[in-house]
Amino acid sequence: MSWAFLRDLLSGVNKYSTGIGRIWVAVVFMFRLLVYIAVAENIWKHEHDEFECNIKQPGCENVCFDHFFPVSHIRLWALQLIMVSTPSLLVVFHVAYRENREKHHNQKLYRKPGKIDGGLLCTYLISLILKTGVEIVFLVLFYKLYNGFKIPHLVKCDIKPCPNTVDCYISKPTEKMIFLYFLVAPSCLCIILNLSELSYLIFKYSIKCYLKRHMKKQQ
Amino acid sequence: MDWGALHTILGGVNKHSTSIGKIWLTVLFIFRIMILVVAAEKVWGDEQDDFVCNTLQPGCRNVCYDHFFPISHIRLWALQLIFVSTPALLVAMHVAYRRHEKKRLFRKGDQKCEYKDIEEIRKQRFRIEGSLWWTYTSSIFFRLIFEAVFMYAFYFMYDGFRMPRLMKCNAWPCPNTVDCFVSRPTEKTVFTIFMIAVSSICILLNVAELCYLLTKFFLRRSKKAGNSKQQPNHENKEESKQNEMNELISDSCQNTVIGFTS
Repeated sequence: MSWAFLRDLLSGVNKYSTGIGRIWVAVVFMFRLLVYIAVAENIWKHEHDEFECNIKQPGCENVCFDHFFPVSHIRLWALQLIMVSTPSLLVVFHVAYRENREKHHNQKLYRKPGKIDGGLLCTYLISLILKTGVEIVFLVLFYKLYNGFKIPHLVKCDIKPCPNTVDCYISKPTEKMIFLYFLVAPSCLCIILNLSELSYLIFKYSIKCYLKRHMKKQQ
Repeated sequence: MDWGALHTILGGVNKHSTSIGKIWLTVLFIFRIMILVVAAEKVWGDEQDDFVCNTLQPGCRNVCYDHFFPISHIRLWALQLIFVSTPALLVAMHVAYRRHEKKRLFRKGDQKCEYKDIEEIRKQRFRIEGSLWWTYTSSIFFRLIFEAVFMYAFYFMYDGFRMPRLMKCNAWPCPNTVDCFVSRPTEKTVFTIFMIAVSSICILLNVAELCYLLTKFFLRRSKKAGNSKQQPNHENKEESKQNEMNELISDSCQNTVIGFTS
């Protein structure tokens, strides 16, 4: 089980998306997943080994690292990628349910199982809202856990068993900060894309509904 | 998962590229991505572990490494490759959109549609003309910009393309000016020069492709103009019909205006 599963999931979702949805899949794939796997993972690979405190007291480094990095950036990033891609599964399941129903009843119940209308539209809108919510939650979590999106090169630690306030140095802080911005910027872009897609779909289908009612009234 | 997925996406675009575009793609995959993954990542693999400073002061090595390598060469190259490959997505999206439209027309039963089945539409190779020409040309233009920007960023950040053996560091908490030694400087210099050279070749290929597309565009235009000159009678008939229509429209407009004012 690896990231290939997520890649296949995103490709599957692409089939049932709108134009903006496909741009979202491309952004997630190129600027988030690929950057994470090809580049970011290696930066945080030895973060604990390279975390150095100005003291020889055994256990002090471990305790300080744990205090300042309760959950590592890279793990939060991975969780965010997984949680953001998962709501799209709702759409895939709904389409599969529709196709199953058609098979079961042996007749054409829907104009096209993959077309976004009726119940599938609601599912699609819910998945968009969930995706946006998850993005915002993770961005806020990052901000709160690490006091903004900055990574200092020095942190001062005075937790037992460290005897006094001790200087601890983080490895590659500038590089990590650059890639943190690489995490934040596509996240914000994805939020904007999701909100645009939501507005576009609501607007399109309200107009459709209104026109249908208008036609009915005229008849 | 690795760069293979990128290869799948770009491979799809390859079908609709010019010959120079296909050469560019080959150079990208064999001389850049493959070299990055197979060789360069190993050369830079132990860069911080083997970055040694002539001091026992804890933290000095970390701080000096961060000062001299704000972003590692290998990460910059990977980013450059991702950014340079992204414009091809524009072309892939445009082609997908065209295919989607043709499939829609085919399903509606449009008699103008010349395809026998959907498979033919899927396998069809689109010619680079019309709006696809503009998308393709913009993608080459953006590629050029990204390549140039990253090459300049390299040059600016590392004061040239050479990796020195020794760096003098006096960032706090290093007590004095301290000698720090980079691991494998010669090997890193060789790979840096190699990657820069291949980047330059890619820039040249992109410029050549851009010139080729522009030349083709202007030649096609002059051909069309030449063809239209050779059929003057037909054109004159059309023009005179249009003139009649215009006169009728302007007359009716004038009458309407007069009607309103009186």
